[in-house]
Amino acid sequence: MTMTEPAPNAGPANAPAVIQLVETGRTFPGPPPVEALKPSNLRIDPGEYVSIIGPSGSGKSTLLHLLGLLDRPTTGKYLLDGIDTGQLGDNERAGLRGSRIGFVFQSFHLLHHRSVRENVELAQIYNRMPRKDRRARAEAALERVGLAHRIDFTPRTLSGGERQRVAVARALVSEPSLLLADEPTGNLDTEMSAEIMEVFDALHLDGMTLAVITHDLDVSARAQRQVRIVDGQLHENAVPRTRATDALVVPDGQEPA
Amino acid sequence: MSAVDISVDGPAPVVRDRTTVQSPRLSIRDLVDEMVSGLLGRPGRLVLTALGTVLGITALVSTLGLAATAGNQIVSRFDELAETRVVVSPTDTGFGGQAGTSNIPWNAEARLARLNGVVAAGTKSDVDVSGALSKSVPVVDPLGINEHQISVIAGSGGLLDAVRGTIRTGRFFDEGHNERRDPVVVLGPAAAQRLNVFQVDIQPAIFIGEQAFVVIGIIEDVAREPDLLNAIVMPDGTAREFFGLTAPAEVHVDAEVGATQLIAGQAAIALAPGNEDSLRVQASQGYTAVRQDVEENVNALFIVLGGVSLLVGGLGIANVTLVSVLERTPEIGLRRALGAARRHIAAQFLFESTVTGLLGGIIGASVGVLVIVVVSALRDWTPVLESWLPFAAVGLGALIGLIAGTYPALRAAKTEPITALRSG
Repeated sequence: MTMTEPAPNAGPANAPAVIQLVETGRTFPGPPPVEALKPSNLRIDPGEYVSIIGPSGSGKSTLLHLLGLLDRPTTGKYLLDGIDTGQLGDNERAGLRGSRIGFVFQSFHLLHHRSVRENVELAQIYNRMPRKDRRARAEAALERVGLAHRIDFTPRTLSGGERQRVAVARALVSEPSLLLADEPTGNLDTEMSAEIMEVFDALHLDGMTLAVITHDLDVSARAQRQVRIVDGQLHENAVPRTRATDALVVPDGQEPA
Repeated sequence: MSAVDISVDGPAPVVRDRTTVQSPRLSIRDLVDEMVSGLLGRPGRLVLTALGTVLGITALVSTLGLAATAGNQIVSRFDELAETRVVVSPTDTGFGGQAGTSNIPWNAEARLARLNGVVAAGTKSDVDVSGALSKSVPVVDPLGINEHQISVIAGSGGLLDAVRGTIRTGRFFDEGHNERRDPVVVLGPAAAQRLNVFQVDIQPAIFIGEQAFVVIGIIEDVAREPDLLNAIVMPDGTAREFFGLTAPAEVHVDAEVGATQLIAGQAAIALAPGNEDSLRVQASQGYTAVRQDVEENVNALFIVLGGVSLLVGGLGIANVTLVSVLERTPEIGLRRALGAARRHIAAQFLFESTVTGLLGGIIGASVGVLVIVVVSALRDWTPVLESWLPFAAVGLGALIGLIAGTYPALRAAKTEPITALRSG
């Protein structure tokens, strides 16, 4: 399916936003109906490191599911890489998910009976990655998260921080447009959390686009830009550290930190 | 247009056409890999899942094989007797009746003995003694009951061989006795017991009514016509002389194996040329017909048993696969997040359960064949097994796995990735 956004070889300056929510909302049918996400606008550009912070029940998970193409909005549009995802069928959404979004989950979701390398390779089997390159790609991704020496271990023998790094490597291996992390440090102690946050910092420096959903202020503070979600409403938080001017479209204006 | 363009050496960055969306794809080889890892990752569960099918297929193969083996065994035992027996009797008289209308000639034995494939032939007729009692001593003892109603049968000299009988002591009468109408008899063992005759070297006499007969032999056993065992047997000529027997009632033939149908076609002509319809010839039905009959009866029972065990096996697979699907919900969610389409999830679980059934089928068929061989060896039987059966059984195992996996696989495919990921 072809979209009408800028040419593929467009430079970063006029590249489409990785994420663009246009009056996007999600209401769960009742009774009583719950408006988990009020119609909101959000734009995340390539290379941005955005944290989405909010208390539990604020609509974080709903937003995550929408961004991850695991759910569909009830109103508005969601454009991923300039592609209007509302037009796509289940199959194409799955394809988009597999090739453009790298998920990192709170509970890692590793397959325990498979080796670290196999866990990372798993992310390549559904998205048309040629078999012969998979091993090398998995190794490269593990190298990026500093786990090259654990490649033939099973997840059981790894620490929590290492497991989450395996999950990050798995998310990176298909070179997604967006790394989407859901409470990535929720199951980790402070030290291991720091380990993961360092990996994220490094990825950001490499130009990866990151969206980290968390309720942890320390985790959130590492991001270049923070978006708060309260009662299904998005608020831009604080002044972004870089590229402030073109970063955001927020319904209620900006709130100082 | 390819969305992914990879250079030949090493992992190059993915160059993606930003405007194209491609559906996910799972190659057969990857599906096989995932299936193998899914099964081998939980070997204990694989064993438990396959066990039901193993038992079912084992039961099916071994019972079908044993039925064939035992059927073959049963048949080959009574086969030879049944296969070599021909009986000729008049069409319009009762079986064994002493009928005036019987047109079996007195020399029936000689006529049939000339036919190809006849081993022995002999006439056999019940003799009407008008209720005369038989006794072994001429003295009438008013206190003791030594008179018996014992049936009297007349036969030709070849009768004993025709019914495959053996003599315990003395001898059977021959054509000489027959032609001379000698007053001699041979006793069946039960009749001899009742008449208190145990040896023939002293030339004991018995009386039928008032007529005395010399006992020249006692029968040991017969393979056919067991009524001879409890009878007084005398030559045809003797029966004609003393009791007015008009014609032989039956002719018994012991034929060579496979010759019965041939003899059946010729016997009536040989005995009553031009009047064949007046005779009825009974010959055994073909060997295969009997065998199939027995096998079918035995098989029907065992197929039901095997079918029930298979059903149980299939339910076992369905159950464990369903549990497995529920247990692996987070994995399903993960795979969906990694880009798997619903059909990929369904295919994986369906494939896993089919292969589980296939493994169960292979093991079950092997064990089943082993059971047949071992049982046959222990009982000195010849193992008989249709050659296609083990292969069909393996296929059946896979089919059961496929059917059993359908519901769990659909259920897995329906699982929403959100729910699946949350449950982790």
